[in-house]
Amino acid sequence: MNINATLIGQMITFGLLVWFTMNFVWPPLIKAMQDRQKRIAEGLASAERGVHEQELARARAAEMLKDAKQQAAEIIAQAQRRAVELVEQSKTEARAEGERQLHAARAEIELEVNRAREHLRTEVAGIAVAGASKILKREIDAKANAQLLDDLVSQL
Amino acid sequence: MSAGAGPQTASEYIVHHLTPLSVGHGFWSVHLDTLLFGGGLGALFAWLFYKAAANATSDVPGPLQNFCEILVEFVDGQVKDSFHGHNPLIAPLALTIFVWVWLWNFMDLIPVDLLPALASVFGVHYLRVVPSTDLNSTFALSISVLFLVYYYSIKVKGGSGFAHEVLGHPFGIKAAPANLLLRIVEDLAKPISLALRLFGNMYAGELIFILIALLPWWVQPLLSWPWAVFHILVITLQAFIFMTLTIVYLSMAHEDH
Repeated sequence: MNINATLIGQMITFGLLVWFTMNFVWPPLIKAMQDRQKRIAEGLASAERGVHEQELARARAAEMLKDAKQQAAEIIAQAQRRAVELVEQSKTEARAEGERQLHAARAEIELEVNRAREHLRTEVAGIAVAGASKILKREIDAKANAQLLDDLVSQL
Repeated sequence: MSAGAGPQTASEYIVHHLTPLSVGHGFWSVHLDTLLFGGGLGALFAWLFYKAAANATSDVPGPLQNFCEILVEFVDGQVKDSFHGHNPLIAPLALTIFVWVWLWNFMDLIPVDLLPALASVFGVHYLRVVPSTDLNSTFALSISVLFLVYYYSIKVKGGSGFAHEVLGHPFGIKAAPANLLLRIVEDLAKPISLALRLFGNMYAGELIFILIALLPWWVQPLLSWPWAVFHILVITLQAFIFMTLTIVYLSMAHEDH
């Protein structure tokens, strides 16, 4: 029951224990706990961020899908329009070509007709001259009557 | 009633159990059992917590680290509740007091005859295993706390500030002698109440275990079991009270009036 030097001994032990705890026990444990706290907080925050980002990404994807659909529809419409245009254009072109060829054929025919007519004319003129010379039984000065004959040919 | 040699009367048995293993004479004698168990339990505390602290990781903690962290967090919470300054000493000090005192008190739950009987086999005839049933232990803590209170009072408030607090409160500087007297009473009461509360509780608890041990063997479990269960609460509570009051006293030392 008496107070004696045990008191001093226990005080020394106590002082050593406090010193030890203060330097080697408390700081690492507290640091580990604080680090973990920070990590958990960061983890929770990043999880929340992730959810948010996922939502954003989903919205963006939906937007992109909508845009793509719209674009596709536009492209299809454009293509259809273009196809119709092309058909129209080729129709017009074909018609024009046909007409052109018709014209050319007609012109050629006319040319041929004219040429034939010319040929006929000269031949008729020759025949006429021959006939006339036979009729007159004398030689007609072709040169003197050339004017006359030309008039006759143009009248045919 | 197996401890000691030969037949004993009840009072001899009790006195035997409460006699420390003492060496030397007068003030310079020491209680070897108190120092041994106090030091041993302190070493156990230091070793356990150092093991946890040295391998401390912010990843998933192991069971030992978990256990130590629970205590550290609990003590840290208590300190943050009552102590508002910044002092890196307070929390480790509180943890040391809580765990060390708890371990002291825990020795109370070891059957009263077990360790003394073992010791008597080795020729040691007196052994008191609960350090907190030794006034030297409890006063060692409370006087250390008082020293710290004075140290921080003077450090935080300065010499004149501390003198002003001693002489000027609570009645104003004109009633300096009365203030001083009150302060002396207060500062005496702090360590004495702190030490005696712990000592008294543990001493009484131990005494009751010893008394139960005097009863017939078939009664003993009926009484010692409930008392031991109740004592789990008491030892924790006493350790907690010692720690909390230490924090409060030191927090008062840091407060500037």
